[in-house]
Amino acid sequence: MALTGFFLIIYLIVHALLNALIFVNDDGKTFNEGAHFMLHNYFIRFLEIGLFAVFILHIIQGLLLWQQNKATRKIKYEKSSYPKEIKWYSRYMGWLGTFLLLFLVMHLAQFWAHTKNELYFNGPAIDLYQQMKEIFTNPVWFILYMIGLASLLFHLLQGFQSAFQTFGINHRRWVHIIKGVGVFYSVVICLLFASMPLAFMLGWLQ
Amino acid sequence: MEHYNMNLTLKVWRQKNTESKGGFETYDVKDISSEMSFLEMFDVLNEKLVQEGKEPIAFDSDCREGICGACSMYINGRPHGPWQQNTVCQLHMRAYKDGDTIVVEPWRSNVFPVIKDLIVDRSAFDRIIQAGGYVSVNTGSAPDANTIPIDKADSDEAFDAASCIGCGACVAACPNGSAMLFVSAKVSQLALLPQGEPEKISRVLNMVKQMDKEGFGNCGNIYNCEAECPKGISVENIARMNRQYLGASLSSKIQERPVNLVDPMNERG
Repeated sequence: MALTGFFLIIYLIVHALLNALIFVNDDGKTFNEGAHFMLHNYFIRFLEIGLFAVFILHIIQGLLLWQQNKATRKIKYEKSSYPKEIKWYSRYMGWLGTFLLLFLVMHLAQFWAHTKNELYFNGPAIDLYQQMKEIFTNPVWFILYMIGLASLLFHLLQGFQSAFQTFGINHRRWVHIIKGVGVFYSVVICLLFASMPLAFMLGWLQ
Repeated sequence: MEHYNMNLTLKVWRQKNTESKGGFETYDVKDISSEMSFLEMFDVLNEKLVQEGKEPIAFDSDCREGICGACSMYINGRPHGPWQQNTVCQLHMRAYKDGDTIVVEPWRSNVFPVIKDLIVDRSAFDRIIQAGGYVSVNTGSAPDANTIPIDKADSDEAFDAASCIGCGACVAACPNGSAMLFVSAKVSQLALLPQGEPEKISRVLNMVKQMDKEGFGNCGNIYNCEAECPKGISVENIARMNRQYLGASLSSKIQERPVNLVDPMNERG
């Protein structure tokens, strides 16, 4: 769970930085060049298979753990409460992950599927920048993206430091740094992603 | 603090034995002093039940000083009740006010089956200790004290881990029913000391193996165990155990020995 999580954490940095090319503000020219490079590079195509494998592994591991953990308590508590230092999102990683999976299906259908159609099935060439603009100026998609990113934020807030704990990296000298970096990473990545639909919605990008 | 009396409604889990299906019973308790402990309040209720010719409520308790780890009640959704770093026996009725309704349940885990009412069988913990929670020493005359120098910080940390009383609140509190806090405390208290060094690898492997065999859940790093632990055992111990487990798993020195669990009751004959 932690190992695949780490890989996905690193992947998100690449994804966010590449997408940030839309802010060059040249009607998406640089961004589309970047996307074109990613689409037609065999090494990247190879990595993409790995990325899918890691995603699927992460989901399967999550489901297996969820099922095992659920089975440890056949009779549920009549009443359960948690002290306030327990973050609510740490208990709902499975639900946040489920939201993320639904979001991911939508997201892949909107972008990834079109590029693969172009690449493998001689489909029409796609202007990803235009595609982004079209989707992000639609209020329904916009709201769904914001919900997806909120789920991502909380999933990362718990997941980042949790991955370090699983690998045994939690020591009183380092824990504050790890937690700090985790919060910084989660917030910055999600804000960067959120700024994209927002920029199109508010008309900052044309 | 000013003394006051209170009347309470108790909703208590009653279960005849492991096989039978349990259920909640509601009791009214009257004139409870704010200076009583939670268990004393149960003593008062049980006396009343005995006088009425009813079966008293079975619950675990021993020292009533917060150090033995016997008491185990899940009170209003939290193990050992609302106070932090506290056991049920040291929970006092001033935590409640007149007219309160209190729900009392046993630890809920398949690994801790209910023996009767609020008493659960925590022998899974004993089997985990038997699997590796020890140091092997030569018998003979007692060695002089302080012959092995130990760093003060290490000894303090080992002592902190050793303060675990094995009550099982971590399992009861964990949404996943995981026993990682208990096992990691028992791994750490020995691993931090030079006496624990020789069996370091086999200890962590065998104890984790036994923990999984018992059927405890997996750690989700929610840390409710640490928040609810009556002894404030830190989740740093879990990280230490993970670290050691990873190291031991990758180690080419395979020391994993078969675990022969001896039942002392059958050995005696």
